[in-house]
Amino acid sequence: MMYILRRIILLITTILLVSIITFGVFQILPGDPVRTMLGTEADPTQIENLRSELGLDRPLYEQYVDWMKGLLTGQLGNSIRFSMPVKELLFDRLPVTMSLAGLTLIIVLIISLPLGMFAARRQNKLSDVSLSTVTQIGMAVPSFWLGMMLILYIGLQFSFFKISGYIPWTQSLAGALSTLILPALTIAIPQIAVNFRYVRTAILEQVQLDYVRTIRSKGMSEQNVMYKHVLKNSMIPILTVFGLIMAEVVAGTIIVEQVFSLPGIGQLLITAISNRDFPLVQGIVMYITVAVVMINFIVDVLYSVLDPRIRLR
Amino acid sequence: MQWKKSGLILITVLMAIVMAACSSDGEKNTTTTDGQTAADVPQEIVVRVNDDPDFLDPHKATASISYQMILNIFEGLMAPETDGSLKEGLAESHEISEDGLTYTFKIRQGVKFHNGDDLTMEDIQYSFDRLMGKNGGEKMSNSFDNVASTEAPDASTFVIKLKEPNSNFLYSLTGRQSAIIPKRNDGKHNENPIGTGPFAFVKYAPGTNLELKKNEQYWQEGLPYLNKVTFAFQSDDQAAIMSLMANEVDLTSVPWHRVSEVEGSYNLSHQNNNSSLIVTFNETKAPFDNVKVRQAINYAISKADIIDSVFAGYAVPLGSNMSPAMGDFQKKGLESMYERDVEKAKALLAEAGYPDGFKTKITVSSHNDIYSNIAQIVVANLQEIGIDVEIEVVEWGIWLDRVYFGRDYAMTTIDLTGRASAFEVLNDYISTNDSENFFLFKNEEYDKIMADVLKETDQAKQIDYYHRAQEILAEQATAVYIADYQIVWGSDKQVTGLKSYPFWFHDMSEVKFSN
Repeated sequence: MMYILRRIILLITTILLVSIITFGVFQILPGDPVRTMLGTEADPTQIENLRSELGLDRPLYEQYVDWMKGLLTGQLGNSIRFSMPVKELLFDRLPVTMSLAGLTLIIVLIISLPLGMFAARRQNKLSDVSLSTVTQIGMAVPSFWLGMMLILYIGLQFSFFKISGYIPWTQSLAGALSTLILPALTIAIPQIAVNFRYVRTAILEQVQLDYVRTIRSKGMSEQNVMYKHVLKNSMIPILTVFGLIMAEVVAGTIIVEQVFSLPGIGQLLITAISNRDFPLVQGIVMYITVAVVMINFIVDVLYSVLDPRIRLR
Repeated sequence: MQWKKSGLILITVLMAIVMAACSSDGEKNTTTTDGQTAADVPQEIVVRVNDDPDFLDPHKATASISYQMILNIFEGLMAPETDGSLKEGLAESHEISEDGLTYTFKIRQGVKFHNGDDLTMEDIQYSFDRLMGKNGGEKMSNSFDNVASTEAPDASTFVIKLKEPNSNFLYSLTGRQSAIIPKRNDGKHNENPIGTGPFAFVKYAPGTNLELKKNEQYWQEGLPYLNKVTFAFQSDDQAAIMSLMANEVDLTSVPWHRVSEVEGSYNLSHQNNNSSLIVTFNETKAPFDNVKVRQAINYAISKADIIDSVFAGYAVPLGSNMSPAMGDFQKKGLESMYERDVEKAKALLAEAGYPDGFKTKITVSSHNDIYSNIAQIVVANLQEIGIDVEIEVVEWGIWLDRVYFGRDYAMTTIDLTGRASAFEVLNDYISTNDSENFFLFKNEEYDKIMADVLKETDQAKQIDYYHRAQEILAEQATAVYIADYQIVWGSDKQVTGLKSYPFWFHDMSEVKFSN
């Protein structure tokens, strides 16, 4: 229990620190959101009107206190660029990013786990060496390039795949898949490579341990050795990496949504930053922070379930 | 054995995905962005635009990208023509008194707003009062500071009286500057915009698209043809052209260097942007306060190099801040005033007291590649006359803050967006125009001409004034007037009726899909 409590305190502290930094950063960064939004053609009257409408002419501490109050009640203020509540914009975009991240994780899992186990079983054989080489390349490929290649060689060739926009699951399952598969593959390919290597290494490490030799010598079937013992004990290092991969997937959506014009949180973040729309950036950063911190928290808790010794540390 | 099974399952899953992909081949033209089939949705167009509108409320919007879309929703008393002139819009006719102070408009009868309400004099009065800040709120535009009074003597007449004559005033009455909006929609103009235009607002999804539908009760008989217009926001030019190839958009601008890829398969139309792409200086800062230095730079920079390499030839060279898109208002011949001459440039620099050149900095915005591409050519050209230029690339927001509004810069490059009115194209250089004159240009003759032209009612004489104003800009080498670059529009072959204006407006009223 103390272990989980310590983790929760750490989680809250991280979120608080990030909230302070995100507010502070926009006070230092140059660039005026009102001028950026209205461009060169605005006359001074329009600039002043909008500034007072948005409350940007109020003292900094008032703006800060209001933002903190809003944060505690889940109200993230209004976007400057879109004249809409940040919360509404986030909720509109969340399903897109969640669907993308979810599909990516499924792809990573169904490919990297069996592949890693397969390679571990065939250590140093041709299939293992070639898989390792291919994944080495997979890890090095930049995602924006990969996205463009998928668009060119799959998206434009096979009409099932859409290269821009998003169709919600609720409207059409095939439609959603057609918009999500290519972006999901773009994020997944490097992550499959990373996860494959960890799975392979983790299993190899376990296989060499004495207990495996012992249970094998007792005549347990190879299937039971792998699934009941080796895989379970390999899960702790794999989980660590998987936590990181989930964070990478959330971050990966930022670039990939831009490449595929997917209206998700990542694309919103880029628009918000280039427009100096700080209420929106703060809202999104807080969302990503909470998502990543929560993932790590869950991974930590899962560790302690898989290996009770961790709770004692 | 188990490993083999896993492998088999994996291969089966992968094959299923590939087969699913291939089996849907041939549906290319039938699925639209919202999952409907083409057979159900004739006369629907998807137009790609780079960015979201700033506001849907036409009185609050300032960005040209917004008007590109929302002018399909709103109309003013006057309407723009493709050649830059004006025609009647919601006004059926207009008269200007001899002293140039009283404008009388006969308003069209039977015009309806998108919510079904009739257009009334009350709505027109409300719209102007809102713009001038007369109904309690802040004033929303400076264009009507010269208005003495507005009145509606009867149900079809609207009269505007000015304090001083202003030959440019009619240009303030188009949908772009004074859209007529219904009084009943007060307080909701941004979230639920209502106008009288050919298309009515349906939905705005920030960062995704803006959907409009046909105004079935539009006052212009037979228009519009399209049932639905979707403006899809996509910032990346390269991704946009792929969307065109994948039939996900029907109309988009095509990057100049990629025109050859779509030529043949798509309709291409070339639009003079009516913008002035300039390399300019802070004219209060040495050495740019010296006209000889500015002229030397004009002789040294090769417009042809920039047009060829940055715009792949799709640009018209300029000689002052006005494009040929402005017709007779443009003074022709100025583009050859500073033919490239390195020796002459060196001589002028020496005369100005800089025989060995000098060091300076060009600050450019990163929001469009063209600026940094131009800057690189400027650096190479100016090196030849001994000027050592450092390129500083900053974000758009910082460029606006520091260069445009802060005037804290030495050199920069930017394109000044075109307007339909010659006066508005040139008024940036008036010394008292503090909000726009970021060059800090000051010339008494220029200021006088721009003041006089507003009092002149004869158009031939107005043109003379504007020609002289352009000559001054060229003689004073106020900037290096590089080019008006063309926008190359690529569209589905079936799309017809696209009209091109000397400002940014995707007029969808006459667009249709024809076989």
